[in-house]
Amino acid sequence: MNARMFQQTIDGVYRRESRRVLATLIRLLNGNFELAEEALHDAFTAALSQWSKDGLPDNPRAWLVSAGRFKAIDRLRKRTRFDAACERLATELEQQSSEVFAEDADDIEDDRLRLIFTCCHPSLSAEARTALTLREVCGLTTEEIAAAFLIPPPTLAQRIVRAKSKIRDACIPYEVPTSEDLPVRLESVLQVIYLVFNEGYSASAGESVIRADLSAEAIRIGRLLLSLLPDAEVMGLLALMLLHDARRQARTSPSGDLILLDQQDRRLWNREQIVEGCGLVIQALRTRRFGPYVLQAAIAAVHAEAPSAEQTDWTEITGLYDVLLRVNPSPVVELNRAVAVAMRDGAEAGLSLIADILSRGKLTDYHFAYAAQADLYRRQGNNAAARDAYQRAHDLAQQEPERRFLQARLQELQEQGET
Amino acid sequence: MKYLCLVYGVEERFPGTADMPADTECVHYAESLAESGRLLAGEALAPAYTATTVMVRNHQVSVTDGVFSSGGSPLVGFYLVTARDLNEAIHLASEIPLARIGCVEIRPVRGTL
Repeated sequence: MNARMFQQTIDGVYRRESRRVLATLIRLLNGNFELAEEALHDAFTAALSQWSKDGLPDNPRAWLVSAGRFKAIDRLRKRTRFDAACERLATELEQQSSEVFAEDADDIEDDRLRLIFTCCHPSLSAEARTALTLREVCGLTTEEIAAAFLIPPPTLAQRIVRAKSKIRDACIPYEVPTSEDLPVRLESVLQVIYLVFNEGYSASAGESVIRADLSAEAIRIGRLLLSLLPDAEVMGLLALMLLHDARRQARTSPSGDLILLDQQDRRLWNREQIVEGCGLVIQALRTRRFGPYVLQAAIAAVHAEAPSAEQTDWTEITGLYDVLLRVNPSPVVELNRAVAVAMRDGAEAGLSLIADILSRGKLTDYHFAYAAQADLYRRQGNNAAARDAYQRAHDLAQQEPERRFLQARLQELQEQGET
Repeated sequence: MKYLCLVYGVEERFPGTADMPADTECVHYAESLAESGRLLAGEALAPAYTATTVMVRNHQVSVTDGVFSSGGSPLVGFYLVTARDLNEAIHLASEIPLARIGCVEIRPVRGTL
């Protein structure tokens, strides 16, 4: 094997195995993230020199876990001069029987789940969970994560260090939650994945390349989680992400302007992802467990299968929103339902539902509420009311593409008013 | 691991407030915790108006009326428990009757590092 091929092989092993090896090392090293990361690095350094001489071992993963464990013991031994706790841990590790790290495939997969659940522990802040998951589960660098979230790398590094310190000092265990705790703990994991996805999906111009990577990363964790834990809500979340992501090409113009669902060129939608997403929705619905992600994915699936906005089954969508509202009551869901009702029964019906939400003091600073209102007024031909509502939406909108979109709608109405 | 569970809540007793846990329920919780060997200490505190805050600066003792951190919910009691890890501590804390109307802050006790 020549040097270049060897490097490619090593890179491939790193891509496939590094997160698995890390997840197992954290368990073998009693939940010590820092030591496990150092050990992973040491193991790959050792692999580089040894494998270039002897060739690849039969089971590179087992080799790396074992090498990492020995390197960790070495490191602890060097520190024992300063620290009695290191001495204890080193002795403990040496006495571990070899069965502890037997290369049982189930064990390794469990370690990956342990890693995900620990990084997404609800006692960590949402920011910390997200950063830690991208760092440890996905293997992104601190710089990559910082760039994607538009925050300075030292701030992000600090966040990760603090999260690891809390895991260690508050004694957050490295384990898959018991079935009793699973619903709450899984919700926290799904939240992190969806947050990563949306971070990559909601922004369009400027940083679009890096941010699209975040969505791809989220889909990757979704797939991994589903392979480890075939739960209906996991299926639902993966389906939801695939179905939204399928519209990526269609939702912005070449100049980075936002294009709404009803205006999108549906030929640009990614059919392959839609087929996969819809398949997952059907599979999830068969479980008869209608969680919020499954229901949202089902709504996205109805949209994805419609040939046009007009030919969408709005009765079906309204019905799904009714169920979603029961499972997960929120004013945002109410707003989306109001828009679906407007499509089914006419603008008037939608407007009265939105007015009702706002009169209860909900969503009064949410720009989508006014944008939806404006759109319905416009359809009624009530241009004055539409203008006012677009103006309020514009004043509240934060993201540049959204502001440009609302500005363009205002402009249109202005021009119509003059003629 | 030892964890201190600080119970914050409503101090005033509103007789007739249906969701206020009865004293007997709190006593029962403490007893069951003690029986399982996880309770190291636990007390309900006298109301916040009885609090006194002490500081020493430049060898001068200053004494003021009231709790140190004003605002927010008052500290009404505590449990010092021993638990395998944070997950077990969260379980124990979630069974504290007052968690239903107030909240519980879990603080690991600093070990010998």
